[in-house]
Amino acid sequence: MLHMVNKSPFQANALESCLKVAKKGSAILFLENGVIGVLSSTSFADKAKELAADYKVYAVGPDLQARGFDETAVVDGVTLVDYAGFVDIVAQNGPVQSWF
Amino acid sequence: MSEYDPALDEDDDVNEDAQKFMFVNRKAPYGSIHMHELQEMMLICGAYEQDVTAVFMDDGVYAIKKGQQGAALNMKHFSPTYRALDGYDIEKLYVEKESMEARGLTPDDFLVDIEIKTAAEIGALMEEQDVILTA
Repeated sequence: MLHMVNKSPFQANALESCLKVAKKGSAILFLENGVIGVLSSTSFADKAKELAADYKVYAVGPDLQARGFDETAVVDGVTLVDYAGFVDIVAQNGPVQSWF
Repeated sequence: MSEYDPALDEDDDVNEDAQKFMFVNRKAPYGSIHMHELQEMMLICGAYEQDVTAVFMDDGVYAIKKGQQGAALNMKHFSPTYRALDGYDIEKLYVEKESMEARGLTPDDFLVDIEIKTAAEIGALMEEQDVILTA
């Protein structure tokens, strides 16, 4: 299944709750302010690296670009997608739970 | 009441076309309309004889706390309606253990019969759903 997170981990418990529930190996897509959760520069980065190892992790590229970041700014193991890729991930991954 | 009320329908046949719907309630009541809206969606799904599971986690556990008085804010007192879920054959009501404990609540604090489940158990149930709706 697919979990989607659209809040910064500094703002909300969306990601924390997602990680409590999400089975390892499932997909997590970070979008909107959620992309802050996969940046390598924050105090959250170590957690992001762990989750990139345990889950299929995606982030929406345009949401990173809009905030002044590119593919070099995210932790290893995160796949960036455009909107077409976003749609493919939703279509391929069964039920979707949004955390917000 | 002239509307069709499936709770009064004597036909207890299982709807073989039912989809598995999970409702993940994560917000405290009254501060926003989220829990009230999700409750209405659950009732609609129940009325259409879908296979409904309701999860209360994070601040959503407060939505089913006993003793709410929405009238104190001149708002609709919607919490008793959770007791009507049973009449729509919605009996899979789960509270996430850690969320309950973090808020100092116990199973006795809830106004409906619930089962306590761990986050991992809820995660496993989530994987089995056709549709997940949340707020």
